[in-house]
Amino acid sequence: MSEIILRTEHLCKNFGGLKATDDVSLEFERGKVHAILGPNGAGKTTLINLLSGELLPSSGRIQFKGYDITDARPEKVSRIGIGRSFQKTNILPGFSCLQNCWIGAQSCLITSMRFFRPAKHLRMVHRRADHALQLCGLSSKRNQIAGTMSYGEQRQLEIAMMLATEPELLLLDEPLAGMGTEESQQVTALLKELAKEQTLILIEHDMDAVFSLADRITVMVDGAELETGSVDQIRNSQAVQDAYLGHDEEEAA
Amino acid sequence: MHIVTRPIVIFLCLCLVLLLLFPMVGGPFYTGLVTKIMILSIFTISLDLLIGFTGLVSFGHAAFFGIGAYLLAILFGDLEHINYWWSLTLTLSMTGLAALLVGWLCIRTSGIYFIMLTLAFAQMFFYFFFESPHFGGDDGIFMMNKPEITLATRQLVDLDNEHDFYYFVLAWLVGVYLFLSMILRAPFGHVLIAIKANEQRVRALGYSTPHYKLVSFVIAGTIAGLAGFLEAAHTSFITPAYLGWHESGMAIMMVILGGMGTLFGPVIGTFIVVLLQDFLPNFTEHWKLIMGAIIIFVVLFLPNGIAGLIYSISNRFSSKENSGREG
Repeated sequence: MSEIILRTEHLCKNFGGLKATDDVSLEFERGKVHAILGPNGAGKTTLINLLSGELLPSSGRIQFKGYDITDARPEKVSRIGIGRSFQKTNILPGFSCLQNCWIGAQSCLITSMRFFRPAKHLRMVHRRADHALQLCGLSSKRNQIAGTMSYGEQRQLEIAMMLATEPELLLLDEPLAGMGTEESQQVTALLKELAKEQTLILIEHDMDAVFSLADRITVMVDGAELETGSVDQIRNSQAVQDAYLGHDEEEAA
Repeated sequence: MHIVTRPIVIFLCLCLVLLLLFPMVGGPFYTGLVTKIMILSIFTISLDLLIGFTGLVSFGHAAFFGIGAYLLAILFGDLEHINYWWSLTLTLSMTGLAALLVGWLCIRTSGIYFIMLTLAFAQMFFYFFFESPHFGGDDGIFMMNKPEITLATRQLVDLDNEHDFYYFVLAWLVGVYLFLSMILRAPFGHVLIAIKANEQRVRALGYSTPHYKLVSFVIAGTIAGLAGFLEAAHTSFITPAYLGWHESGMAIMMVILGGMGTLFGPVIGTFIVVLLQDFLPNFTEHWKLIMGAIIIFVVLFLPNGIAGLIYSISNRFSSKENSGREG
């Protein structure tokens, strides 16, 4: 069995009386794609927000490569090698694609409290920003203002900004949300490419994408872990069908 | 980001030449007035770093202007010979320290709360000087002499000479502009501008945004202190009104009128507002009405201020240039 890169132990998050995350203990292996499924309101995004430091847990622990990062804030989490993308497109709309990625790439500096030499002379930052754009197929759009691009391209930029920080572990919050079929296929291909080298934790509604990408799947319901297993295990699980797929039928009805 | 196109550089150089030539034709009164405007410009440029580049709307920035001015007057006002280097170093470092303390508390908040906190701090400083008999109270405080700028016993600039003072302030204005342009082009500036656009995302990319905001606040406060220092040296008379919310509000108005996030816009805004204040009363006693109308007009029809207008004119010029080349 390969190394555990991220581990949560009895992670809980309460918003008032609501248990958004309820005693979640998960292990994520290095080099694997671990998808998190669940109906709306199952607490998937809350879990990502806990892992990325956006929210602090009410109780429980988070360990990254053996270090405790339970209380780490977002900037710290990013600096130790965990990148995240947002469900709601969260870019700098007034800036060009390159500038968006630049900010991510510049975080490779020990500190950006540098006041004298112009930033554009930093060749390493240039290389990282360009590389991230290239990975996401946005090289031809590098000088386009992000806010004027199509929705799908903005979603790709969202991922490119995260990649520019060169993370070891990627937290992807619904990267395919709201995309058309073609765009969705492009991004799925990109994620497959990333999965070759990196560890991905993926929240996604698109079942086809999840089943084609994931090595392991965790299904969450009402903030708690329902079941974790391989793709086939989850596909054939009765409990999952009742909770998740059954839920969809109700919605459809 | 902070883009200065070639037509803008030419425009700024022209303005600089005009400012360099002005004292030769302006006469002593207007030379003094323009000196005052340039000092205020240093103050409003520093506010632009906060409002236009960091996204921090400080409604108490005049406090640091006033603190700089009061420090010079209190610490050195009675001396026969004021050493410029010493007084400047001490004034700026103490103003910077004050900005660090105020900023450290204020940057924990954002939006309307940040505005209210900075206003509250500024009013505290205002009442401190207003009610302290030791520092002149509401009458203000006088300075006997001006700082003497000497290097190895040779006098470099004579601040008692209005011409010399004018060029001295102009040099500082250019220096402050170049300094801020430099830090905005540096990695630090890139982070600041991104914070203004989307702070949450910048944090998620690995930047401790509160630190960057605090450093920006301290730099802006220190430069405001420099403007206060120059003002105290220029007028030799400081009153608590310098720290009041009215001054802070006027500074915000000058920044917005001139065009925030451009550095040179606030300078233009300062020139326009002060000159209007000076000329309009000659025509009518209801000049404040006209002033208000002008401001409403600019905000409604020039959302990016005067600098925005200059940018769009310069873009038209350069696009004509391009199409001319193609044809």
